[in-house]
Amino acid sequence: MSGQTLYDKLWQEHIVHEEPDGTTLLYIDRHLVHEVTSPQAFEGLRLAGRKPWRAASVLAVPDHNVPTANRDSGIADPVSRTQVETLEHNVAEYGLNFFPMRDLRQGIVHVIGPEQGATLPGTTVVCGDSHTSTHGALGALAFGIGTSEVEHVLATQCLWQKKSKSMLVRVEGELGPGVTAKDVVLAIIGEIGTAGGTGFAIEFGGSAIRSLSIEGRMTICNMAIEAGARAGMVAVDEKTIEYVRGRPQAPAGERFDQAAAAWRELVSDPDARFDRIVELDASAIEPQVSWGTSPEMVVPVSGKVPDPAQEQDPVRAEGMRRALAYMGLEPGTPITAIRPDKVFIGSCTNSRIEDLRAAAAVVRGRRKADNIKLAMVVPGSGLVKQQAEAEGLDRVFLDAGFEWREPGCSMCLAMNADRLEPGERCASTSNRNFEGRQGQGGRTHLVSPALAAAAAVAGHFVEPAQLEG
Amino acid sequence: MQAFTVHRGIAAPLDRANVDTDAIIPKQYLKSIKRTGFGPNAFDDWRYLDPGEPDADNSGRRPNPDFVLNQPPFDRATILLARKNFGCGSSREHAVWALDDFGFRAVIAPSFADIFFNNSFKNGLLPVVLKENEVDELFRRVRAEPGLEIEVDLQSQQVRVPGGPVFRFEVDSDRRRRLLEGLDDIALTLQHADKIRAYEALRQQEAPWLMSG
Ligand code: SF4
Repeated sequence: MSGQTLYDKLWQEHIVHEEPDGTTLLYIDRHLVHEVTSPQAFEGLRLAGRKPWRAASVLAVPDHNVPTANRDSGIADPVSRTQVETLEHNVAEYGLNFFPMRDLRQGIVHVIGPEQGATLPGTTVVCGDSHTSTHGALGALAFGIGTSEVEHVLATQCLWQKKSKSMLVRVEGELGPGVTAKDVVLAIIGEIGTAGGTGFAIEFGGSAIRSLSIEGRMTICNMAIEAGARAGMVAVDEKTIEYVRGRPQAPAGERFDQAAAAWRELVSDPDARFDRIVELDASAIEPQVSWGTSPEMVVPVSGKVPDPAQEQDPVRAEGMRRALAYMGLEPGTPITAIRPDKVFIGSCTNSRIEDLRAAAAVVRGRRKADNIKLAMVVPGSGLVKQQAEAEGLDRVFLDAGFEWREPGCSMCLAMNADRLEPGERCASTSNRNFEGRQGQGGRTHLVSPALAAAAAVAGHFVEPAQLEG
Repeated sequence: MQAFTVHRGIAAPLDRANVDTDAIIPKQYLKSIKRTGFGPNAFDDWRYLDPGEPDADNSGRRPNPDFVLNQPPFDRATILLARKNFGCGSSREHAVWALDDFGFRAVIAPSFADIFFNNSFKNGLLPVVLKENEVDELFRRVRAEPGLEIEVDLQSQQVRVPGGPVFRFEVDSDRRRRLLEGLDDIALTLQHADKIRAYEALRQQEAPWLMSG
């Protein structure tokens, strides 16, 4: 018999009951809740006269709708305000852990879970949000669910699941200078496509993944969903254990050592079998920029906008044509000739301290270009913001003409006041470049924090190393 | 939950791959705390030429005449025909609620994104996976005879076009049963309450750090 994958182990550990056809009742350890996908779930719970099964497993926070400026005056948009207030009422009624908007610990749900130690290795983590895959970076089985399932987890602490197939994406070798986790994951999606991971749970492995910090691994797992996979994960190593140590909700003392011993087992066995293995050479990955309206539409920053006429598959070619029309781009245009109007550094993909440091390193001593109407930095949580300010990063950005905001999802999906106007082009460190994602008619280019910062300074896409001055 | 056995209706050809949930229901409508009322804003950016706002009346807006769901008879469609990776992107169940509220009972495509696929079953909207060439054939037939009514039969796992062809589709037996009978998922799960408690007791011993938080 061959060994077990990390996914096998996590799955096995959480089986409560199994039906003959393999449909499994899976136990959920942590349930993260935000204001957008939960109101109807709480309503359902209330209508059925049910209560949360294990209130202590829930951590709730408002993030999608919250303003990133002038918080003291509250939420201006009445519909947004109602949604956030509804969450406040629900957590109060059911006695759930909650970080309100003005709490220092408030932030994007996927940033605060790991930051608080609510996400631990070996746990199952769910949230009514597709980017829950982020938490897999800690050796957890984490995936997004819909609102009916949010209600189901609240009521039963379990979910009905069928086991996915397993995929190993192995990135071996050394990353070139200036190549970041974001570039790696965009390159992976460019390689396997946005449906390449459908039906799979992906483990990211190989020396290049191991060399990344936990923050970098979160960036990779965050976008597993953009490759169609529900879950992404990375095996536990000493970095994982050190990351967790001392976090507010993590075990402490003797219990930590006991837990750490169990966590060290959370790796795929050497003889484990995967249903599919994809290999990438780390040294061949360049900084990436998306040119279209799907995250698989990426090219290296040194490349050009591709030509649909060269595409064999007619459905794909049509998709490319539509994307180019939407993005206002001509085939053959060098990526470095594309000039954004706005720059957004933030989102659950790239708003942790390491991301802000990388962007600040590019910006330091420089100024935003005149054609950039707005360059904004939105930290992932209040604690990230506090840390960045302690390091003086806020000054670096402010001196360069950037805006320094309060934590939240912000212009990643533009549910609050931060959005693109029709036709505006944005260099964004977020994860989705869908039509209208950052505002109706807005045009998104997905990039790493360093590239976003470089675009803000140069006024066009460019490798940070090639900036003058 | 709404049960699904057999449904017959007009199929609308939405000839795009990777239709994402942001397109199905744009974010401004996610601010609602209700489950209903999303239908008029399904595919909002594609369907209207002017921008919309939540809780606003849509009757005065300018429909985009080029969008298939604005063209009779497809404005009365109850089956949606689409290309691969339908429903990709965010986990928002509002996308399913919007399709349901528009009047759709089934979506046929060569593949679906995972979370959307799951969410559909929870709401009695049947996602049907057919082979690429079969979907091609349906697109051809529907375009040749707009208003053609297709039959989607969950009982026999078939998609039938009048005068042929008949395509068979696969569906997980457990999901099929729940949908055919319109069962309440939570009530079914709570029948296993003892097992859940037993599991928790075991975890408390083996991994106590998990049960404390
Ligand atoms: S930052 Fe963006 S992707 Fe992440 S949870 Fe918020 S809206 Fe979703």
